[in-house]
Amino acid sequence: MLAVQEKYNWLPSEALDYVSRRLNVRKPRIYHIATFYKVFSLAPRGKHILQLCMGTACHVRGAKLIADAMARQHGLQFGKTTDDGLFTLERVNCLGACAIGPILVVDGEYKGNMTTNRANAIIKRLKREETGGEGGNA
Amino acid sequence: MPKIETAEQVKRFQEHCKSALDRFPIVVSLCNGTACCAMGAKELAAAFEKELAGDESVKFIKSGCHGFCEVGPLVVVRPLDVVYQRVKPDDVPEIVDRSLRHNEVIDRLLYRFGDGGKVFAKEGEIPFYSNQSKVVLALNSLIDPYSIDDYLAYGGYSALARALEMTPDAVLKEITDANLRGRGGGGFDAGRKWNSCRTAAGERRHIVCNADEGDPGAFMDESILEGNPHSVIEGMVIGAWAIGGDDGFIYIRNEYPRALKAFGNALKQAREYGFLGENILSSGLDFDIKVSRGGGAFVCGESSALFRSLEGEVGEPRAKYVHSVERGYRDEPTNLNNVETWANVPHIINRGAEWFRSTGTKDSPGTKVFSLVGKVENTGLIEVPMGITLREIIFDIGGGIKGGKNFKAVQTGGPSGGCLPASSLDLPVDFDVLTRAGSMMGSGGMIVMDEETCVVDVAKYFTDFLIEESCGKCLPCREGLMHMSGILHRITEGKGKPEDLRRLVKLGDAVAAASLCGLGVSAPNPVLSSIRYFEDEYLAHINEHRCPGSVCSALISYHIDPAMCTGCGTCEKVCPVDAIKPVPDEERKDGLLREIDADVCEKCSACKEVCPEEAIVVESPAVTTEHYRENVTEMR
Repeated sequence: MLAVQEKYNWLPSEALDYVSRRLNVRKPRIYHIATFYKVFSLAPRGKHILQLCMGTACHVRGAKLIADAMARQHGLQFGKTTDDGLFTLERVNCLGACAIGPILVVDGEYKGNMTTNRANAIIKRLKREETGGEGGNA
Repeated sequence: MPKIETAEQVKRFQEHCKSALDRFPIVVSLCNGTACCAMGAKELAAAFEKELAGDESVKFIKSGCHGFCEVGPLVVVRPLDVVYQRVKPDDVPEIVDRSLRHNEVIDRLLYRFGDGGKVFAKEGEIPFYSNQSKVVLALNSLIDPYSIDDYLAYGGYSALARALEMTPDAVLKEITDANLRGRGGGGFDAGRKWNSCRTAAGERRHIVCNADEGDPGAFMDESILEGNPHSVIEGMVIGAWAIGGDDGFIYIRNEYPRALKAFGNALKQAREYGFLGENILSSGLDFDIKVSRGGGAFVCGESSALFRSLEGEVGEPRAKYVHSVERGYRDEPTNLNNVETWANVPHIINRGAEWFRSTGTKDSPGTKVFSLVGKVENTGLIEVPMGITLREIIFDIGGGIKGGKNFKAVQTGGPSGGCLPASSLDLPVDFDVLTRAGSMMGSGGMIVMDEETCVVDVAKYFTDFLIEESCGKCLPCREGLMHMSGILHRITEGKGKPEDLRRLVKLGDAVAAASLCGLGVSAPNPVLSSIRYFEDEYLAHINEHRCPGSVCSALISYHIDPAMCTGCGTCEKVCPVDAIKPVPDEERKDGLLREIDADVCEKCSACKEVCPEEAIVVESPAVTTEHYRENVTEMR
């Protein structure tokens, strides 16, 4: 299931049917596991995955302010994908780089010492790249 | 590569690796830890590789975490023995030219402490390092974690060779005599655990390493796996020998892809060399380790939940009257220790129980790795002898509170631990003292909070974290925490009632008394310990609607101090809700004075981040813009 998740970025129900048949495991058990572990997603995720670390160290350094600002300014909610399918914001608990918190992971790339302003700039840049056509790079 | 089959061959091969290393007169070690990578170590590595291409005299290592994450990316040049901090790719040609070719120290890249303070060149002189005693982390900056030869060159796998020449009983006795206690949080005597597992009835025995380091604010195990994965493997094989283990597992949390990669590579190498597999070093021991990935569930760090997860089930804990050493993985005898515990084992075998007990305290010997984070000057990964005081850790190694602010509390033990106040700073850090103080050692996260942190907010944060992570099996944990969270939210919104504190304590006691696993039992700790030490802060929220840390957004308001504002207008540009407006007629150096309309302001702190003059002030209890304007002098 981890492999499926990695390939598609989420668990399509067809894939789970396949896993169920191949491993001869009944579906309720598969779904029990798929909903228990945070790493699995039963809905498609956005093109850009933003993971905001909400670990303790990031929290005391103001990660909450960033989360609030992203929600207000860009409509990004934890665990949700934006309607245009561009962004999924996820809450993660500690990425092990507490020393440079708060951390925002943008498509797998760690960005440390995050601030509301920097987070804002990153999202704006990604949005611009999307609307600015293929060659857009700002 | 033919397998290494005897202790004699281990020794010979170590010498071979050592002389291979010694052929390089110069070593450059770049910290490739998670934090340094986020700060640009990757680009730096590329720059070094380009600059050093074809150079036979320099060994370039991308090492594990050096520890001093605060000033990363870090580069150490040996034998010049100099630490460069905050290195940028543009600095690389100069380092190569001056430090590597001409043995010169580049002053501007050295670590400085304080404003224009003392300059430190050598690793041993920097207070952050000099107050530590590294055992488990000792090799981190010296070896390439992807090279088993590097590990061997520094005497790696000697302990295994030695242990396999001892009887399992003798190995067990050494670990028992050392009084090694589990580094994962519980502090349970490892020797006793090994012995119970060894004597438990069952066909097969499993050796498991817990690398589900879920505590937010802790990254010790990640750094060991990334920096010195072979030490963990070596420890586990020794454990298998002593306990009679048939197979091994390591459960690595999914959030650590880099650790997963480093450890997977180490396993492959250990198999190639014959340190894993059949008939290890001709001892007759057959043992291998499988990697199992977690799925992002905090509770899976709990032993019985971890075993269920290993089996491919949902990670729910079960009652503890059955011990996991007797019925763990697949209901068979299982010995579970965490990464740091396993990494200590080779050192004990190499240097003996007596040596191990010579550091630390009587009941908690040895060293402990902590991640020192939060509002402290020098954040990073540290290893210190047990019994060191919190003050020494935070002020001598940590360099005190960031920005010269005042210390408020230190949180240890993660979500299961507690907050300790300034009056506890002189407590010696060991398993038992911290527990008595209402916190716990936990796995070793140490989060420092300053006066701008709100303890109620932190308690709320942990409670909400635990609600999310509670598996939901036991009602007290599932429902009790929800209610505690409800009360805490009310308090931080300024709607607290005088009886709330008593209720929180009552609920907390019930949750602790009636939950099955460690998660539930310790879940109320953050709330209970903060009420114990910081009752006044709770009362300030409830009675005065004041947040002493100026954090709780319902109880604060943002303003601009007219005396500090220069009128540059930076804040106005970043404000997302246009709450900042110029004040007519108040001419300043660069323009007009600004004012925040408290009714519009959403308290996002964007203006505070950018203000070059630190003119943005936060008031608690919240006041209106007019009130602030009229009373600014008294409020200052």
